[in-house]
Amino acid sequence: MIANHDALETKSGTTSDGIPLLEISNIHKAFPGVIALNDVKLTLKAGTVHALMGENGAGKSTLMKIIAGIYMPDKGEIRLKGVTVKMTKPLDAQIAGISMIHQELNLMSYMTVSENIWLGREPKSRLGFVDHEEMYRITQDLFDELHISVDPRAETQTLSVALRQMVEIAKAVSFHSDILIMDEPTSALTEPEVAHLFEIIRKLKNEGRGIIYITHKMNEIFEIADELSVFRDGQYIATCSSQEVSRDDIIKMMVGRDITDLFPKQIVPIGRTILKVSDLGLQGVFSGISFELHAGEILGLAGLVGSGRSNVAETIFGITPATSGTIEIDGKEVRISNCRQAMDHGMALLTEDRKDTGCFLGLDLLANMEAPVLSHRYVKIGFVETKRLYDDSLRMANRLRVKTPSLFETMLNLSGGNQQKVLIARWLLTEPKILILDEPTRGIDVGAKAEIHRLISELASQGAAILMISSEMPEILGMSDRIVVMHEGRATGILDRKDATQVAIMDLAAK
Amino acid sequence: MTMTTQLNTQSGIAGNRKFKLPPEVSIALVLLGIILVFELLGWIINDQSFIFNFDRIKIIILQMSVIGIIAIGVNIIIITGGIDLSSGSLVAVTAVVGASIAQASDFPMALFPSLTDLPWIYPLLLGTLIGLIAGIINGSLIAFTGIPPFIATLGMMVAARGFAKWYSGGMPVSGLTDSFAWLGSGANPVFIFLILAAVFHILLRYTRFGKFTYAIGSNRQAATVSGINVNRHLIIIYTIAGVLSGIAGVLTAARAVSGQSSMGNMYELDAIAAVVIGGTSLQGGLGRISGTVFGILILGVMMSGFTFIRIDSYYQEMVKGIIIVVAVVADQYRNKKRRA
Ligand SMILES: Nc1ncnc2c1ncn2[C@@H]1O[C@H](COP(=O)(O)OP(=O)(O)OP(=O)(O)O)[C@@H](O)[C@H]1O
Ligand SMILES: [Mg+2]
Repeated sequence: MIANHDALETKSGTTSDGIPLLEISNIHKAFPGVIALNDVKLTLKAGTVHALMGENGAGKSTLMKIIAGIYMPDKGEIRLKGVTVKMTKPLDAQIAGISMIHQELNLMSYMTVSENIWLGREPKSRLGFVDHEEMYRITQDLFDELHISVDPRAETQTLSVALRQMVEIAKAVSFHSDILIMDEPTSALTEPEVAHLFEIIRKLKNEGRGIIYITHKMNEIFEIADELSVFRDGQYIATCSSQEVSRDDIIKMMVGRDITDLFPKQIVPIGRTILKVSDLGLQGVFSGISFELHAGEILGLAGLVGSGRSNVAETIFGITPATSGTIEIDGKEVRISNCRQAMDHGMALLTEDRKDTGCFLGLDLLANMEAPVLSHRYVKIGFVETKRLYDDSLRMANRLRVKTPSLFETMLNLSGGNQQKVLIARWLLTEPKILILDEPTRGIDVGAKAEIHRLISELASQGAAILMISSEMPEILGMSDRIVVMHEGRATGILDRKDATQVAIMDLAAK
Repeated sequence: MTMTTQLNTQSGIAGNRKFKLPPEVSIALVLLGIILVFELLGWIINDQSFIFNFDRIKIIILQMSVIGIIAIGVNIIIITGGIDLSSGSLVAVTAVVGASIAQASDFPMALFPSLTDLPWIYPLLLGTLIGLIAGIINGSLIAFTGIPPFIATLGMMVAARGFAKWYSGGMPVSGLTDSFAWLGSGANPVFIFLILAAVFHILLRYTRFGKFTYAIGSNRQAATVSGINVNRHLIIIYTIAGVLSGIAGVLTAARAVSGQSSMGNMYELDAIAAVVIGGTSLQGGLGRISGTVFGILILGVMMSGFTFIRIDSYYQEMVKGIIIVVAVVADQYRNKKRRA
């Protein structure tokens, strides 16, 4: 039906070692107003890692949800070890030996780690009650096997985003499935956890399992993937061995044109001090944090998981008011005890966890974009200036290349990366003087990432001060003028742009 | 090939709003369907028309307008993800207290002989004030102690009913002035309901206050991070609901020309039912006043229709229960569909 992109097509599916684990062909899936998948195919061989690449909204997650029995395809065939199957619910896929790590975290906050992992599969005592001791024991065994150090009895909400992600990974492994789907598992992880995850993946691979791996981080492809397939706008583009393609080839296949991958940072003159933090502390979490942030400056905040990077950002923005130390803005000491006060001082904070503290999933995009800015602008005697706000929101959404039929689409229906873009647009609309970004390009594709970097750079050149947390080394090294490195709730050093290297950061981060 | 090029050249989001049927249309169709069924049954059983009967329509609208006023507040609360069980009892309190300063001087048993023959505005203001205070208490309990709205308003529901009984001594407060009776006469309650519905419809859809209400209901944490003062907003919303219950209570007393502590019994449930039937989601973040107006009409038509085809009131209650459950199931189904 659709012409093949034969130029980049390589031979696939005809393996010498027999039948592939999973073969899907001819899959179509449409949502109201969007064709998410149009005649796509994918072949997964046992004992391999198959990467799936594509821009935000290309249809990667949708295809994975079809394989995991969450969505039903409109058309198409799924073959497991050569046998055609029809899965109508997630349980069907689970029984068929497929488990999935979702793009968004799905753990219940108020339940323990163990309860989350064994939900619906709890070990029972002879009387039919849940045997908690046994459950903790098997969780500990699982964690030991995977070298994860998390207390099986811990309540999930006490864990950082990265640790929750590790729990999700352990949960997926615990099914002992033949096929594991990982939808952007590393978007919230720092280097050591990524390395840890790759160890787990290699182990699974050696056991003969097949893994479908989705990521927007190019370097991961060459490190872990055997094969990769590229999708664009819901269409299958090509499959190739990861040995025989270059980074640029992949990007070209993804976006259909040449683009510069990382936006080169604009060097702008550094102005006066806008934000000064002295000896800032939050009881039991971090202490003694001091730095100055200047107009036009991009200050990176680096560190490992649990180092307290996000906590510092949340404290400055008033989510968890500081218990010690001072914050000065434009030379005046200020007290910030809630987010509104922070916003009144010209601050904006893009939080790390878009599902919990970011998105209004049930509301439309416009409602998601306008919430903070309405506190200060676009309102006349209580009434929202609908037209002006709509026009500006539309311009911002287009600038960030949000892929959606309209601003009246429900947030829930957007792909993960596009949701992230909407949240960035939300805060850019407030025209902040101090912009705090916690993992700003989490889940965002290469093309859009360059655009976001350009926007951040441009904002800085207009005199905004930017504090950026990122676990992605190229991003933090490429964008920052200076980098504050944290370790276990303390600042262990500040690096200048010219001295900053990956090694220098990791040294300070592990101190 | 053509398809690919097309997709690549597609630039950005369509700027013009695509026409979508408003959600009220489906609710209006349900209302129409129900009316048709009763119309048919009417001709079969009673040999007369159900809907082409001006008196019947008048009674439906009059009866439902008081509950409609309550339902406006309940709707706003449910949009924030909360619930209000106290409105029926607040109707009782404001009915007896309002009536107690609406008595005529020639009535020998007036509760406050020095406060007789006052024009209708005084009892109305007093009732509103009482509703306001009760609403502030509800809202503050929920915002500052963090107890669930269900529990806070359940406490208010029981306590307020007790207060009404104590205040009236279990006796009807009667001997009310003509001025007060005028307030509840004719189409006055209907006008008041429609004006309030219009005001709050606009408030929810076009003001910052409204936008913040939906944000809080959709994701409270994200609303806080967006700089919304969630606690203050919740207190205001429960206060609005209290005020509306107060107005409804005074109108109830005025319509009956008497204030009784048994008034408003189960009104809170009728209001919640109307809100849910009108398409507001109990999960929060979704719902409109216009939907609630249709919900109210559906409820009114059903009750009137059952009486019309002479179905016993016991059955009516049972059917009402079923309708509420069906509406909630439909809501769940809609949620699931949105998620799929
Ligand atoms: N439930 C839904 N209703 C409507 N549209 C949907 C729904 N789910 C996905 N879509 C649309 O389908 C397209 C593909 O989405 P999908 O989530 O598969 O993208 P993705 O490739 O995973 O992107 P990302 O890299 O951002 O995660 C998008 O345009 C998205 O808006
Ligand atoms: Mg995705």
